[in-house]
Amino acid sequence: MTPVVSVHGVTKSYGEFEALKGVEFELRAGEVFGLLGPNGAGKTTTIEILEGYRRRDGGEVQVLGVDPADAGLDWRARIGVVLQSSAVYENLTVAEQLAQFAGYYERPRPVDEVIGLIGLEEKRDARARRLSGGQRRRLDLGLALVGDPELIFLDEPTTGFDPGARRRAWETIRSLSALGKTTLLTTHYLDEVEQLADRVAVLREGRVVASGTVQELVGGAPTTEIRYRRNGEVVVVETEEPTRVLHELTAAAIRRGEELDGLEVRKPSLEEVYLSLTQAEPE
Amino acid sequence: MRLFRHELRSQLRLYSRSRELAFFTFALPLIMFFLLGSVYGNDRIKSEQNVRAADYLLAGMLGYGAIATGFAGLSIMLVIRRESGILKRVRATPLPAWAYVVALLCTTLIAFALEAICMVALGRLYFHTHTHNLFSLGLALLLGAAAFTALGLALTSLIRSAEGSSAVVNAIYLPVSFLSGAFFSPHSFPAALKAIANALPLVYVIRLVRDIALHNQQIWDRPGDVAVIAAWGLAGAIVAARRFRWEPQEG
Ligand SMILES: Nc1ncnc2c1ncn2[C@@H]1O[C@H](COP(=O)(O)OP(=O)(O)OP(=O)(O)O)[C@@H](O)[C@H]1O
Ligand SMILES: [Mg+2]
Repeated sequence: MTPVVSVHGVTKSYGEFEALKGVEFELRAGEVFGLLGPNGAGKTTTIEILEGYRRRDGGEVQVLGVDPADAGLDWRARIGVVLQSSAVYENLTVAEQLAQFAGYYERPRPVDEVIGLIGLEEKRDARARRLSGGQRRRLDLGLALVGDPELIFLDEPTTGFDPGARRRAWETIRSLSALGKTTLLTTHYLDEVEQLADRVAVLREGRVVASGTVQELVGGAPTTEIRYRRNGEVVVVETEEPTRVLHELTAAAIRRGEELDGLEVRKPSLEEVYLSLTQAEPE
Repeated sequence: MRLFRHELRSQLRLYSRSRELAFFTFALPLIMFFLLGSVYGNDRIKSEQNVRAADYLLAGMLGYGAIATGFAGLSIMLVIRRESGILKRVRATPLPAWAYVVALLCTTLIAFALEAICMVALGRLYFHTHTHNLFSLGLALLLGAAAFTALGLALTSLIRSAEGSSAVVNAIYLPVSFLSGAFFSPHSFPAALKAIANALPLVYVIRLVRDIALHNQQIWDRPGDVAVIAAWGLAGAIVAARRFRWEPQEG
């Protein structure tokens, strides 16, 4: 199956500064793909190249079979976009705004259905200037969905959402994926990635430093952590050979006739893996 | 075409919802006309063939309305929309760029048409002004307002921030209106100021309107003025076509 989005060796400089240094990844139909990375890693630059807003300097990009640098209006009808900073007409109500954008598409989703998806029923007839920051962001998400796109680009879509709204947004994105739609999502919330993303790529200083499913990322980390308490103090052992180390530890404890209090063996969390990928000194 | 009609309806609604804009571009010229007309409307202006000041002023105020609505109001509104990111968002939809821009220009021209009708009516009812040749007058105002919208579009590409937009725009269109004799006869202005004014389009719009409404001429009797206004409009359109940006400054 041809990928919905493919990105190969993409480079982009702003003046002297190289923001992207050969980014690689692919999105398969129907998946939710998470693009992670610290501030300034190049997530927005990448996503805006895919949306057709920015020009790349080098490399190959295909989005829905087309190079976004010269894509037309038909192509735009098939994508939905949430930009990193919200933008809505201040003087239109939620319903009017969605109806205005719905009018740009051949087969839009019904406005009231979208209002339900973003949970703004009570603000249906409120002007955007009277919405809270998170509600405005939800309206922004609604504008991206109203055209019923097959591919959705979300640049930090749930920033400012309360926990309930975030869960509802996750539900919405999952339901899109169940309908076969593809989502590219950037976020700084690792729980969002764990909940939503089928696969992720971690960007750091303009390069993909890791990619795969969340399980692969976590499972691929070489070290395992073994913790126990001895004389009231927590002992942490990090090892790449957990079987041997654990055997020696427990054997020694049995010989001494001790119990290893609070014994725990675990793989690092996604957060720990993420931090080690993005903070360790580059080789 | 369906998209265009949809967008025009949306833009008209947006325009009518924006109170600041409506006041600034729509009501203010009417208020100025009322105030200035009340102050000296019944005088005779000797330097201008002894016409009644109210008649003279009406032409200036129509020109002022055209520059306020077409140039100032349009460019401030567009810069705010651009910097807030709404233009960028619209670009991600299948709405063609031309449909957006043309709907916006039509909205501006419709607003100005309403304003001009109110202005002429106010003059008739309150100051007993006489306006001749309404057809020619309409064409002249359409030409002037269209040229100003083109210049307004061009100006947006030179303004960097939403905060700066009204300062820059006011610093341009108010002195231009003043120099061009929108508020009173520039007859006693120093030659240098007159020379500057004569390089700008508003003088020609006001003169054309005055010749039509007051001196019983037709728009086609004045090809020179028409040419200058059209040339300014064309220059604005060229700059706008080359430099117009949809995205906010920071990218
Ligand atoms: N228009 C621009 N001009 C110059 N430099 C830019 C521009 N846009 C981005 N950059 C730089 O490129 C780098 C990548 O920026 P980008 O916005 O893609 O990061 P990001 O991963 O989206 O970060 P964040 O998590 O903060 O949103 C940053 O160092 C930024 O300063
Ligand atoms: Mg970003």
